[in-house]
Amino acid sequence: MDETLNKLYFRSLVDSEREEAPTPEAHDLRKLKAEAKGLSFYYGEVAALKAVNLPVAEHQVTALIGPSGCGKSTFLRAVNRMHDLYPGSRYEGGIRFYPDDIDLLDKDVDPIEVRMRIGMVFQKPNPFPKSVFDNVAYGLRVRGERNRRLLVEKVEQALRDAALWAEVKDRLDDMALNLSGGQQQRLCIARALATEPELLLFDEPTSALDPIATASIEDLIQGLKARVTILIVTHNMQQAARVSDYTAFMYLGELVEFAPTKTLFTNPSDRRTENYLTGRFG
Amino acid sequence: MPAQDVQEIRQLVARRKRWDKVFAILGLLSMMVGVMTLLALIIDMGIDGGGRLSWDFFTSYPSRHAERAGILSAWVGTALVMLVTAAAAIPLGVMAGIYLEEYAPRNWLTNLMEINVTNLAAVPSIVYGLLALGLFVYQLDFGQSILSAGLTLALMILAVVIVVTREAIRGIPAAIREGSYALGATKWQTVKDHLLPYSMGRILTGIIIGMASAIGETAPLITMGALTFIAFLPPAPVESGFPYLSFDWLFAPFTVMPIQMFNWVSRPQAAFLENAAAAGFVLLGMTLAMNALAIWLRFRFRKRGNW
Repeated sequence: MDETLNKLYFRSLVDSEREEAPTPEAHDLRKLKAEAKGLSFYYGEVAALKAVNLPVAEHQVTALIGPSGCGKSTFLRAVNRMHDLYPGSRYEGGIRFYPDDIDLLDKDVDPIEVRMRIGMVFQKPNPFPKSVFDNVAYGLRVRGERNRRLLVEKVEQALRDAALWAEVKDRLDDMALNLSGGQQQRLCIARALATEPELLLFDEPTSALDPIATASIEDLIQGLKARVTILIVTHNMQQAARVSDYTAFMYLGELVEFAPTKTLFTNPSDRRTENYLTGRFG
Repeated sequence: MPAQDVQEIRQLVARRKRWDKVFAILGLLSMMVGVMTLLALIIDMGIDGGGRLSWDFFTSYPSRHAERAGILSAWVGTALVMLVTAAAAIPLGVMAGIYLEEYAPRNWLTNLMEINVTNLAAVPSIVYGLLALGLFVYQLDFGQSILSAGLTLALMILAVVIVVTREAIRGIPAAIREGSYALGATKWQTVKDHLLPYSMGRILTGIIIGMASAIGETAPLITMGALTFIAFLPPAPVESGFPYLSFDWLFAPFTVMPIQMFNWVSRPQAAFLENAAAAGFVLLGMTLAMNALAIWLRFRFRKRGNW
């Protein structure tokens, strides 16, 4: 699309929706689930995140958008201490986690404890080469749950929550790898939901899926926010606009702008955000 | 495009494809060298020793009379030594491999250990024999026994087991590991629930191939003092009285198939050469059977882990 035309189109969108768009002062973040404060992250000497401040509202969907390499996945993987698995990484600043107000990155906070409270869904579906049932039950078994009846109950609930129950209820003993890509990703969501996490991280969960599977995952995310706080990374701007309540735009390791999704998409306050949204880079 | 050019392209393609054919023939010939050698070995030993292969050959002790001699003590010795080898090398090697791959921090010390492990595989087997003589036979006073022999061969294949374990674990995608950790699993839970089960096929294959090479080892066992003529069996592992299990066999003197063969080959009478060929045929059969088992295992496990 021609650049001026693009801009015109964009402006008209802004005008038509300006009425309902909340002003920056009006949006209340309600209760916070987590909040990054001055979070910097280094791979060796390279700074991948630079003093990022980001609030995550409870029972809302917060999206992180930005071009490849902007640090959005790095941020997400800091929240559940995934970086701790690899040598040579270093954090500065912190991520407060509520209601108990701990710092997720604190040396005294065990990363395993963090990961037990915060679930994650990855970019590429990564079911274990086990049965459907064993996949969903794994998080519970890790916690020492051995009661078969309880496991059966919770697995069913998680599969229902992930809108997968109807499709797999007769093949719980089948290998998970025999499911389709979209089913595998919903299985991974069920696996994360089974342990009732407080916060669920999605790392570009639909980038390996076709449009139909993508739509079903997006519906799911919308439906889940009543139960769990969601932080989603996506490089698909439309997806952020469709599923999120708040959006943060990141660029070169910095958080450029954070606002309610509607505001950010219709009335970005930073020039870089606007350039990205109008397709001038990224 | 003018017809002239198309003609030229065709000629060019034909010329280059000639080299494909040349290489295919060379490759086929190279492969035949290996396959034919094996076939020739089997056939030759079959012809030479086939006449001696009978039930009696397996159930008789060695003897001064070639036609009465058998391989009973040799095959029992080989089986027991292999049992000790497996019992020692598998847990040690697999645990060391898991530690190096999953637990060890990446620093100069682990790099040094890694280089050492790789070099371990290249140590000549007779050197292991010397080590065994000094360490197992004299220092630890295990004697020239099945235990000493099994441990010696275990040390010999340890490096192989460690390397295949590491490679098998490394072959598991990071996504699987991360998926497990993201659910709150500990390192050990991740190892026991995922890394080990998913890499088991490849680990077992590597172990069996290592054992198949150890089964034919002669040098280290002769160095540590295995006997070449044994006319009795080690004590049975099961007994009628309490405690029913006996480990005396571990400390019994023994001989193994290749040593028995060596013994027969070095005799002047032609009849013993026949025995040697027959024993070689059996040994080769054992090795091939182990390799077949490895192939079957790999096939079985591959059906499962396919990400």
